[in-house]
Amino acid sequence: MSAEEHVMDAPRDSHGDSHGDPHGDHHDTAPAHATLGGYMKGFILSVILTAIPFYLVMTGTLDNHTTVGIVMAMAVVQIVVHMIYFLHMDARSEGGWNLLSLIFTIIVVAITLAGSLWVMYHLNVNMMPQHDMSQLP
Amino acid sequence: MTATASAAQDTATRIYHHETEHTHPEGSSTLLGFWIYLMSDCLIFAVLFATYGVLGGNYAAGPAPKDLFELPLVALNTSMLLLSSITYGFAVIAMQNRNRKSTQTWLLITALFGLAFISIELFEFSELIHEGATPQRSAFLSSFFTLVGTHGLHVTFGIVWIFTLVTQIAKHGLVEANRRRLMCLSMFWHFLDVVWIGVFTFVYLMGMLR
Repeated sequence: MSAEEHVMDAPRDSHGDSHGDPHGDHHDTAPAHATLGGYMKGFILSVILTAIPFYLVMTGTLDNHTTVGIVMAMAVVQIVVHMIYFLHMDARSEGGWNLLSLIFTIIVVAITLAGSLWVMYHLNVNMMPQHDMSQLP
Repeated sequence: MTATASAAQDTATRIYHHETEHTHPEGSSTLLGFWIYLMSDCLIFAVLFATYGVLGGNYAAGPAPKDLFELPLVALNTSMLLLSSITYGFAVIAMQNRNRKSTQTWLLITALFGLAFISIELFEFSELIHEGATPQRSAFLSSFFTLVGTHGLHVTFGIVWIFTLVTQIAKHGLVEANRRRLMCLSMFWHFLDVVWIGVFTFVYLMGMLR
């Protein structure tokens, strides 16, 4: 008689209040916070964050190591800028499920990238035949 | 006999769902579903990036990134995609203001920037192939063409979708279904821009520094 228990478990008044209302506001498909100012802010930030790495690499003003660090950092910041201003990510969109699936994806992507590079790098280092010409007859 | 009859009647009146359960309006979960599709797409690109990361240094005595890539062209390409992102934003705002003509115009401008991006990319590919830097040349070039080509293919389908959406808006106006589609395409388009950040950083800029 699990069905009966199920019905009895759900008192209609309290359940209706706690479940029905918070969902009612979220059926609007367009996010309310898509504003011209937000898009412009995101665009200007993106232009700056794109121009600096290109400038640094094309002119070669800094040494290689510093340039790599700056270019990587700028890319990460720009991705976050796009996520916030263009994709309208925040902790509240779709009741948090957007952010949760994003975090899950980032974890899987990080494992895929770091794992592949790590394993294959060590494979190369350990398995590569040594081209030591002095040993040849 | 009477017991079973009453039991049967009991089952008939029994309700197996919450009486107060509200019905979800059509398409209420589409945006979340589309977001999860994008996340799975993200995994495709992650694998292609990982492949490029592993194979990107294997030139097979062929040309290296420094010999092939022209950064001014890549910068132009990047600006095309960035401009298309902001014009798509304008289309979303026009949609919010219920301005049909303006929405269509901005969508078409976005498509033009997208087409410019694809044209520049195809020009770059043809130059590379002309120089003998074909996908068959080395593992670096195979993974390069796969990664950048997959992104280009996504943009191509995005452009097809834009033209479809403009037609749908012309036919039915800015109805709820079209607004939903426009928001899905917005996510798709901006997501492709995010992927491109990874491409120009890791493939082109890092390639020149290697």
